[in-house]
Amino acid sequence: MKVSLFATCLVDMFQSDVGKATVELLERLGCEIDFPESQVCCGQPAYNSGYVKESKEAMKKMIDAFASAEYVVSPSGSCAYMFHEYPHIFKGDPVWETKAKRLAEKTYELTQFIVEVLKVEDVGARFEGRATYHTSCHMTRLLGVNKAPMTLLSNVKGLEFTQLPGKEQCCGFGGTFSVKMAQISEQMVDEKVQHVEETQADYLIGADAGCLMNIGGRIDRKGKPIRVLHIAEVLNSR
Amino acid sequence: MAMKIGVEEFKERVGKGINDSFMRGAVAGAQDSMGTRRLSAAEELGNWEDWRSHGEEIRKHVLENLDYYLEQLSDNVAKRGGHVFFASTAEEANDYIRGVVASKNAKKVVKAKSMVTEEIHLNSCLELAGCEVIETDLGEYILQIDDHDPPSHIVVPALHKNKEQIRDVFTDKLGYQKTSKPEELAGHARETLRQDFLTADIGITGCNFAVAETGSFSLVTNEGNADLVTSLPKTQITVMGMERLVPTFEEMEVLVSLLTRSAVGQKLTSYITVLTGPREELDVDGPEEFHLVIVDNGRSKILGTEFQSVLQCIRCAACINVCPVYRHVGGHSYGSIYSGPIGAVLSPLLGGYEDYKELPYASTLCGACTEVCPVKIPLHELLHKHRQEIVEKEGKAPISEKLAMKAFGLGAASPALYKIGSKLAPAAMNPFTNGDKISNGPGPLKAWTEIREFPAPNKERFRDWFNNREKGGNQS
Ligand code: SF4
Repeated sequence: MKVSLFATCLVDMFQSDVGKATVELLERLGCEIDFPESQVCCGQPAYNSGYVKESKEAMKKMIDAFASAEYVVSPSGSCAYMFHEYPHIFKGDPVWETKAKRLAEKTYELTQFIVEVLKVEDVGARFEGRATYHTSCHMTRLLGVNKAPMTLLSNVKGLEFTQLPGKEQCCGFGGTFSVKMAQISEQMVDEKVQHVEETQADYLIGADAGCLMNIGGRIDRKGKPIRVLHIAEVLNSR
Repeated sequence: MAMKIGVEEFKERVGKGINDSFMRGAVAGAQDSMGTRRLSAAEELGNWEDWRSHGEEIRKHVLENLDYYLEQLSDNVAKRGGHVFFASTAEEANDYIRGVVASKNAKKVVKAKSMVTEEIHLNSCLELAGCEVIETDLGEYILQIDDHDPPSHIVVPALHKNKEQIRDVFTDKLGYQKTSKPEELAGHARETLRQDFLTADIGITGCNFAVAETGSFSLVTNEGNADLVTSLPKTQITVMGMERLVPTFEEMEVLVSLLTRSAVGQKLTSYITVLTGPREELDVDGPEEFHLVIVDNGRSKILGTEFQSVLQCIRCAACINVCPVYRHVGGHSYGSIYSGPIGAVLSPLLGGYEDYKELPYASTLCGACTEVCPVKIPLHELLHKHRQEIVEKEGKAPISEKLAMKAFGLGAASPALYKIGSKLAPAAMNPFTNGDKISNGPGPLKAWTEIREFPAPNKERFRDWFNNREKGGNQS
């Protein structure tokens, strides 16, 4: 199966390990990966801040970049969701609405793609350790992907899983919210870190680059002995 | 603009909220318990999503036919001998009510809980006119005797106070000498209030839903105080937001079910009072005179705009009870009597961006509010619409942000620029980089790194790794 990877700008620039793990994992599951070179950012930071006009230019570039893709897969729930928002954003646009629809229809978040399209529930991973999982808001509420990551994690050998208290609560990232409303964001991420600590997990796993950068950055600053991992890295371990 | 509370700037208010550990404990505890109760009350119905859709449909239908139903309601109230007044502004509403008070030569007014009267600041207006106003909802009563502390939640107005703080207020203001047990506190309030009910000249209520077909009003309470407010005084005034109505009792039943379950996780509240006009010949109680004040105060301006759906709101506060921002900053931080997600959407619409321009940004757009709203208001989308409005129409965004976003538009939209920028990033960030992280970032990163580490850009971007690999380079 041919998969075009929508790596996201965060992964491209800051978390290349996540990108690598995603490629290796999908290849192992029999996919052929391509990385459309002209991909940029999905436009979410500007869009969510209210700069709709500015962000549409980036969106059009993304629509073109993935025009010939069969499947588009992203290791970030929030960014995959953004592609699903495109038809809504270009509503009424004679040229771009249809194109945006086509893109949304073939776009999947990584775990969703593995479970729903590849129909694989056990990727044959082995990962030793006690871990908990952060359910990202955009991925669960807006993209509607709840079960796939849980299904895949439950089949990872050696993984001792523990539920995160208050898991439905936002971690306080929210893109530009994290700097614009830093005061409030700090309180939110602190409560999240406290909940992670309560689980006594060694690892915090997530499927969204933004949330992980936020929670991970705070864990790091506080010097807590918890490692933050993207779910692709866990599923790619053996 | 009347719903404004306090004069402090947003940042100051938020700072105060964050540092108020009593309030935060109370809010977090209440959110957790109300959240669980709401969920089980919703699950118990079995087909909650169908109920929500039905609720949404009813509210949409009413808004689309608002003039028809308002006229029907007014006619039916008038037919039963009630007086109807349509107030375009808060001032008009207050003037009318003051007029009724004066014509009755009333010295004492008892009130049931009503957000719209908070919105128009009715109490202070009547007090200025020399009339004593007594809130009879326990929460509102506590706030009133505590020097008019404003409500911090639309359903549980004194949520920011714990029982010890309430006891202290009672001790200070009422000479109360018992413990902080809720029963004893409530008992004391009940005794004091009973006298007021018996001696009041006028009763004032809000309205949960008005029924257009019959000219009736429903009041949903847990204390039964609304029953006394509407049965003892000779004159009753009901104040309602112009959108708070339903066609018939059938729709009212659906919305009351959604309301009580969403608000407090109850199948029904202890009292659901329905009143229709003044006392009739064979009635044993009820007011002799009835006035209905329908308040616009900025609502009709919202009709027909992209924000119309906010008028579907039934003021259940479910969105507030799940909001992670409200959880940490509390209601007073919003600077409006409408707090939480509904407040962040509604306050700028009713009160203007000047006072409330920060509120739409006080959200991560996590969507928790939208997920629980029983009438399916897309709250997080409306918050986003506000942002767009502020940036594009109001031009109120900071210049530095505008420039950054322009640069974003250029950079992110141009694959060539993006590639160069991301390639140069490690070198540009080098002076700030410490190993694999940035602890003290420049510009917009500063606010981030004051709280968290920021990852240093990868020396080899993911795309470089991928391309090398394709070319048969490093196979990792
Ligand atoms: S917006 Fe929805 S959830 Fe919030 S108070 Fe109104 S009806 Fe309730």
